[in-house]
Amino acid sequence: MITAERKPMEEILEFVRPYSRILLVGCNECVTVCAAGGRKEVGILSAGLQMALMKEGKTLDVKEVTLERQCDPEYVEELVTYIDQADIILSMACGCGVQEIARRYKEKPVYPALNTKFMGASERQGIWAERCQGCGDCLLGITGGICPIARCSKRIMNGPCGGSTQGKCEISSDVDCVWQLIWDRLKALGMENRYEDIMAAKDWRSSRDGGPRKIIREDLAE
Amino acid sequence: MGDFEPVIVAFCCHYCAYTAADMAGSMRLNYPSNVNIVRVPCSGKIDVKHILRALQNGADGVYVAGCLEGDCHFKNGNVKAARRVAYAKKLLDEIGIGGDRVEMVTMSAGMGERFARTATDITEKIRALGPNPVKNALAKKRQS
Ligand code: SF4
Ligand code: SF4
Repeated sequence: MITAERKPMEEILEFVRPYSRILLVGCNECVTVCAAGGRKEVGILSAGLQMALMKEGKTLDVKEVTLERQCDPEYVEELVTYIDQADIILSMACGCGVQEIARRYKEKPVYPALNTKFMGASERQGIWAERCQGCGDCLLGITGGICPIARCSKRIMNGPCGGSTQGKCEISSDVDCVWQLIWDRLKALGMENRYEDIMAAKDWRSSRDGGPRKIIREDLAE
Repeated sequence: MGDFEPVIVAFCCHYCAYTAADMAGSMRLNYPSNVNIVRVPCSGKIDVKHILRALQNGADGVYVAGCLEGDCHFKNGNVKAARRVAYAKKLLDEIGIGGDRVEMVTMSAGMGERFARTATDITEKIRALGPNPVKNALAKKRQS
């Protein structure tokens, strides 16, 4: 999923202070799962913002709406019924959702309530960790299903580096050395010989280096 | 501020604090009428949102009363509630309402005395803190 965290309240308050009516929009997908921008978090932020402004002697009208998905135009369209009653839109989706709203509702300012972090997985309740950087040319088949691009601090393709110590990365003893994990896994699978293969320099054009990316499925595109 | 009577909302777990309140009653113990009890099936049912909404609607203080550690009827609802209270405190500090208006307390069903004492202590603490700063705005809104 795409993970995110709420921005500090003061930063969000700066966005909303000049206005009196906001449309606060959550998303039912990734940000609900990582407890950053689902229906519940919309309610919490709404109460927090309203109280902060009441304390300052102002009132803030908040319309709370949580869309099925904020990164799809058909769901973002649902906001059309509320948009006229709002001065601004405050989005609790990832950056994709915020931008989809900005694209559709050109006449209203849109602000992000979250900081979008990374593509990750849930390690356990309340803890999410980075797993993929969307490099566009997945290597997991040769690295035992463990990604060195997202999980090695230096993005080393033929690791480990000299900083790997007792399974931990040199940046912190809280961070596993991903190349240790890869080695352990290959060994468990009896595929140690794969480790000896030198991985060629990666062509990063499939990643962000090739500019903004797009997928076009001719069989589906209208 | 001398005549300030705080409004306190106490979310009380059915299996402990709510029964303890009953017990306090049958023991003829006095506790302040400022405390408005909301019975919940487990303290773990309480979310940050409920705490904030209570304050937003004019409560001066809120507390969540769950079972003693290890005694939750639903295993660990009280532990979850304590974490949510901690989150609410942080957020309330961030927006200047003050996290000390919110507390997590624990007790067992038989602790009538502890129930009455907690109710008194928290009421006095909130009295000392003064009214919830959102109250002025609420009063204005109600007038208009
Ligand atoms: S190799 Fe690329 S696509 Fe595969 S998990 Fe890593 S970053 Fe993601
Ligand atoms: S210690 Fe391991 S994870 Fe850290 S930078 Fe070196 S190879 Fe990468």
